[in-house]
Amino acid sequence: MFAYYLNLAIRSLKRNKVLTALMVLAIAVGIGASMTTLTVMHLLSGDPLPEKSAHLFYAQVDGDPTPDYKHQEPPDALDYRSALDLWSAHRADRQALLVDSQIKGRAPDVDRPPLMLMMLSTTADFFPMFEVPFRYGSAWTPADDANRARVAVISSDLNDKLFGGRNSVGRTLRLKDSDVRIVGVLAPWRPSPQFYDVRGGRFANGDTAGYYTKPEDVFTPFFTGLEINDGNFYQFNCWAPPPTPGHLENSPCNWVGLWVELGSAAKAASYRAFLNSYAQQQKALGRIGYTETRLRKLMQWLDFNRVVPSDVKLQTWLAFAFLAICLFNTVGLLLAKFLRRAGEIGVRRAMGASRRAVFAQCLVEAGMIGLLGGIGGWLLTLFGLWLVREQPVAYADLAHLDAGMFALTFILSVAVSLLAGALPALRASRIAPALQLKTL
Amino acid sequence: MQIQPILAALRKHRLATLLIALEVALACAVLCNACSLIANRIAAMQLESGVDEASLGFIALQGFDSKTATDLNARVVAGLRAIPGVQSAHVINSVPFGPQAGNAGITLDPAGKHFGGVINFYVGDPGTPEALGLHQVAGHLPDADDYSQVPADFVPNDAHVLISRSLAEHLWPDQNPLGKEFWVSKFHFRVIGVVPHLSVQQYNEEGLQGAEWTVFVPARPGGALAGTYLLRADPRDLDRVMTQAKAAIAKIAPDAVLDLDNSHTLGELRSRFFRNDRAMAGLLVGVIAALLLVTSLGIVGLASFWVAQRHKQIGIRRALGARRVDILHYFQTENFLIVTFGIVPGIVMALAINLTLMKFYELPRLPLLYLPIGAVALWALGQLAVLHPALRAAAVPPVVATRTV
Repeated sequence: MFAYYLNLAIRSLKRNKVLTALMVLAIAVGIGASMTTLTVMHLLSGDPLPEKSAHLFYAQVDGDPTPDYKHQEPPDALDYRSALDLWSAHRADRQALLVDSQIKGRAPDVDRPPLMLMMLSTTADFFPMFEVPFRYGSAWTPADDANRARVAVISSDLNDKLFGGRNSVGRTLRLKDSDVRIVGVLAPWRPSPQFYDVRGGRFANGDTAGYYTKPEDVFTPFFTGLEINDGNFYQFNCWAPPPTPGHLENSPCNWVGLWVELGSAAKAASYRAFLNSYAQQQKALGRIGYTETRLRKLMQWLDFNRVVPSDVKLQTWLAFAFLAICLFNTVGLLLAKFLRRAGEIGVRRAMGASRRAVFAQCLVEAGMIGLLGGIGGWLLTLFGLWLVREQPVAYADLAHLDAGMFALTFILSVAVSLLAGALPALRASRIAPALQLKTL
Repeated sequence: MQIQPILAALRKHRLATLLIALEVALACAVLCNACSLIANRIAAMQLESGVDEASLGFIALQGFDSKTATDLNARVVAGLRAIPGVQSAHVINSVPFGPQAGNAGITLDPAGKHFGGVINFYVGDPGTPEALGLHQVAGHLPDADDYSQVPADFVPNDAHVLISRSLAEHLWPDQNPLGKEFWVSKFHFRVIGVVPHLSVQQYNEEGLQGAEWTVFVPARPGGALAGTYLLRADPRDLDRVMTQAKAAIAKIAPDAVLDLDNSHTLGELRSRFFRNDRAMAGLLVGVIAALLLVTSLGIVGLASFWVAQRHKQIGIRRALGARRVDILHYFQTENFLIVTFGIVPGIVMALAINLTLMKFYELPRLPLLYLPIGAVALWALGQLAVLHPALRAAAVPPVVATRTV
């Protein structure tokens, strides 16, 4: 029966090509616009570590000794003392301190002018905790952290730039005035967003595209980084001017991030208690003045920072309003089309077709339009994503259609057309055969 | 033209009428809001930097040793001034639309109790205000004595500053700002002049309201003030001068790395600063065009269908004495009524969408003027879309009435 309906649908669509083209075009444009924005939303709002993110937490304590009335939330980064105390307590399964800075770098044995590189200074747990993939070599060890070893891990991009993509483990990189030995080279790694550096989103006024930049070029042990790039660190905020800008150890500034991995809910609860008791104890000592702490899961932290740029959200709303207009348009046109064939439907009903059969036939025709619209919508989505990639935004290179979104294009398209077809099909199936036959 | 028979006919086609009216309503709501969004973006792009953008370029260096700051400044300024066509070269911490360089919360009392907002600081060496093209509307530009040494951090401890009119009005509404003071912790500032406009380097947490909350701090180069330079040249020479300056840096300062992301003319920096607004405005224009197209296609489709359906009735009317123009007017009036049915709920929806957007995206209220403009646009669109089917209807000959089918 389905094959017969399909045949009828194709005949009917061929009969009035202009009307068919109008409907297919309307659906294609609506699907193209909404799938483009939906794909971008999907890429930007996704979980960067789906298997693990529920066990990763970002810790916040307020290091300010004299907070004013404006403090309703601990700052987005820790002061040096709190960060070090919490990190060295080793109360979590894994813990990583991190701070990024810009540094001049070159390879002494490669003939290339120096580059300004983004350097992440972190501790050894960073790599296993965030499942960072290695191409060559491996991460440094906790002993390297303690010994301030002059070692580094470099990104795949930097390895391509400096060493032509060859195994550069064991080679030397000059960072500012210090030589570091490369112990590992990452495989291409592009988390979306660059979640571990996210902070300050509530002050960004919705302009958060910068959270989707590529990871840093160089990774060094935390204390090594502080030594070799001394004087070039930026605070998140300060409650008093730092005595030596750029050198933030023991300064009145918040600037270090602390991520912890806690394998179970019980561990998370006990770590939360530990954070609170730390803040209470420090307040009792008079070092800090505000005992609120936060321990947010990775996804909660991203939500708190409203990482999805507000322009992207606005575009998504716009695209769906547009799809709704296309939907109304298609309903109107399908209604016109089906009711125009009242005579034909009347004959079918008189010959014994049930209302249900007429309804099904009309829906098959609507679904057919949806399928054609889906193909058009898919092509328009590819075009839309190409337009996004041409935009000078940090996430431009991420905008590709994956298999799931490809399937969703057709599912959405057919679903929309069936939805659009339901009402006209119902109307068509209610046609009284006698009345139609009389007019023939 | 009698409306009664048209309404009676529409009552027979309630569903189709409702659909087109709903489509028009949605289109009206989206159209009004999209136009308002475009207007906001365009308004944001009109931000006045307050400096002679066409004559200015910015050169930023990175990776030099801060101990050599004074020496580096001397070398670079001398090297840049030697380039033919350069009218002046100055050490400045940043320029409007350049990298974020000085951003701090200020207080209006030394104890730090009365918070005045987060503002942007410009720090420049002697002659910088003149090179930027700043001129005072009150007070005076800094004298030679006003330029003092910058310590290793931030700005001079005790500075005589220029402030923008926007900041003056924010801090001291209806008062003379000259001689007023403010503080950033131990740093003390006294206002000696007011400039009409000076925009921020990058928006900070104050967003658009603080787009011109800026001060200019006169200072001598060295310390924290190093590595970033302002070039002034004739607008016709500027592109060439910038290219030569970037090339010259490799020789003048081999110890530093040229910051290619930020070393641009102010025109380029401005265009980069607003590229998101421009892209969004372009996208909205595209959406509006597609929206109007789809709506008009819907009207064309349904009107054509009705014309075909009423083929015989039209013939009968013509045979009974209706003129062509009567038939034309019938369809035009019908379309006008349907679009009107859409516009009324559309206006309500436009306001509702605007309220939602205001809540989530901190957008301004929809100016009420947009509503009648949107309505007129949709009426015009409806008439345009129905014209072709209506003309086809008017062309139906009276003889059709005599045929059976």
